Amino acid sequence: MTRVSPSTGQRVFDVHGATERPAIAPPRHAPVQPAVDDATLTRWLRDMLLIREFEVRCMQAYQDKKIGGFCHVYIGQEAVAVGCTAAIEAKDPMVTAYRDHGHALARGMSARACMAEMFGRIGGCAKGKGGSMHMFDRANNLFGGHGIVGAQTPLGAGLAFATKYEDEVINGGRSNRVTLCFLGDGALNQGAFHEAMNLAGLFNLPVIFIVENNGYSMGTSIHRGTTMGHDLSSKALGYGIDAEVIDGMDVLEVHAGMSKVVADARRRSRPWFVDMRCYRFKGHSMSDPRKYRTREEEEVFEAGDPIGRLERVMRDRGALDDLRFKEMQKAVREEVRDAVKWADESPAPSVGELHHDVFVEPWGPYTGTSFPPFLREQGLKAPWREEECP
Amino acid sequence: MSSAEAAVGEPDPGSRQIEFRDALREAMSEEMRRDVRVFLLGEEVAQYHGAYKVSRGMVDEFGERRIIDTPISESGFAGMAIGAAMLGLRPIVEFMSWSFSLVAADPILNNAPKMLYMSGGQFGCPIVFRGNDGAGGQLGSTHSWCVEGLYSNVPGVKIAIPSCPYDAKGLLKTAIRDDDPVFFLESERMLSVKGAVPEEEYLIPFGRGIVRRRGADCTLASWGRPVNFCLEAAEELAKEGIDCEVIDLRTIRPLDLETVVRSVQRTNCCVVVDQSWSFGSPGSELAAQVHAACFDDLDNFVHRVHSADVPTPYASNLEQEYLPNVRRICEAVRHATYRA
Repeated sequence: MTRVSPSTGQRVFDVHGATERPAIAPPRHAPVQPAVDDATLTRWLRDMLLIREFEVRCMQAYQDKKIGGFCHVYIGQEAVAVGCTAAIEAKDPMVTAYRDHGHALARGMSARACMAEMFGRIGGCAKGKGGSMHMFDRANNLFGGHGIVGAQTPLGAGLAFATKYEDEVINGGRSNRVTLCFLGDGALNQGAFHEAMNLAGLFNLPVIFIVENNGYSMGTSIHRGTTMGHDLSSKALGYGIDAEVIDGMDVLEVHAGMSKVVADARRRSRPWFVDMRCYRFKGHSMSDPRKYRTREEEEVFEAGDPIGRLERVMRDRGALDDLRFKEMQKAVREEVRDAVKWADESPAPSVGELHHDVFVEPWGPYTGTSFPPFLREQGLKAPWREEECP
Repeated sequence: MSSAEAAVGEPDPGSRQIEFRDALREAMSEEMRRDVRVFLLGEEVAQYHGAYKVSRGMVDEFGERRIIDTPISESGFAGMAIGAAMLGLRPIVEFMSWSFSLVAADPILNNAPKMLYMSGGQFGCPIVFRGNDGAGGQLGSTHSWCVEGLYSNVPGVKIAIPSCPYDAKGLLKTAIRDDDPVFFLESERMLSVKGAVPEEEYLIPFGRGIVRRRGADCTLASWGRPVNFCLEAAEELAKEGIDCEVIDLRTIRPLDLETVVRSVQRTNCCVVVDQSWSFGSPGSELAAQVHAACFDDLDNFVHRVHSADVPTPYASNLEQEYLPNVRRICEAVRHATYRA
């Protein structure tokens, strides 16, 4: 959607409903910039480059039919995952939606485990049983990507409930964890989100609902699907939950804004709502030709590429030069190439895996469709070849 | 209502008679004392002491941090409990009625039973959903779902349906200690029924049915409230010279095929009584499994008694005709044994 600015006469892309400013709105309260050292910036840049490279290779692998199903790439939103995970501690739980590869990598999942999951191989984080929309990583406190829009929001409230219960009922206030719950702007129209907000507000749960507001729920612009699309923080107002608007295209802004929000959620044990303004460079999924938006609009946002922005900041600081940057690009390319190779060589799950992980402990005499052993003892035979049903 | 016949290894029911709802509360309270990770949440469970008084007094003992009143928000609090379970707590979620759980179908069917599988074994979901299931009491169609037909279709769930206070306590304690999602189906019509429940602790294992009545002519297999109708029907039929064996399966996932098959191998006749709708139900599944396992033993095909294939009616006489009842069970047995 474009408008002409009455003051400048220039065309303005109104993805987030900001009428006269560039589509990325500045935060309502300028966060105090915490001092970030060069080493940290370098790590963030590397992580963002890794996610970008990973997603580019996913697109290729999808076209090569190595990846099946749906594939939702995170290109353009790297600063959100990297900046948010940088603002929390390893102990803090995190849960997200189906566009989850970026979160998994930012949280510390290896590119190998992530790619093998995309490929549906045994080496994947969920043995190939979850797929691209369902990245789980217990070691890194990632409680899943979840495929149903909005379904993860009550789960996020529940994770925060559990941390609070642990502190108040079990061990007396030691862990003090904060939960990050990511959602897209489309999830705002699901009942589950509103129920989760109400419960979080009611029970004072330390959960931060981060709306990765890229302006589109699948192919529907926010103004065609969401009331008050120009100011999502009004959603939080109705639940008495504090809200923040953050420029999600700038990792420094994300980190600074989220650090403040996380500290407050931790200190007061209260939920927060964050309108994280960002842009999805590619379509909703690999099958989306994105005919609902103009090339011109995309070019405007691509000019604000979060990786380019961090790169410029680092160059201005003298923390990055051409040589270093090329080395970093080469290193992540190598890392992702290795992940693809490793995923490709990882075997498909054995057919026996089909029946594993349905219950924590195997129970009962009958697994799947296997023939009851007591009938076999009576000399009866299964009507099918049993080896096919391990 | 006949008292529970304890299985081998289970304690004698003794002489203490308590209500079904009190058996449920004892199970929850004992488990909450034993394990601090167990908590109860749902509508009206704390300050109101339970819409059906199952949680009466529990908030006084455990406080509002462990007995938690929620808004009328099934999708929200069911999802929240699942998130808490993923982080290692052991929630008991009370649905005032299982009919209302349908608005929470996404978290309870799409999240809880699939989490372990989707995460490749990383995240289990030790949670109990419990509440009133089924028709009776003229509540009309929306409040009268028998959800076992719907929910038993999903892999990863365990479903326990007690038929008496003894089982209610023993099965619920097992459910709370189980590391997987358990759907625990009670019946509002049974909450005030009294039965023998021992003082001592006992657990009833899942997947093992119990023979409630011995008989030689026909096997009646059922679970939950209709087990009691089967026992009444067996008494009626005994007057006509038809000797029925009544099996209470106790859980339908896992389903104890073995006990049913061993019985059918002796009686050569089987009637399945299930209060959910017939199409794609646990009763249909059991009938199919009995056919496969006992093809040469059966003198007749397995007959089934279900709720009528209509939305639950309000009118009292229609509702009674709609549910499996003693008359319809007797008719089915007469047909199955060629006595009709």
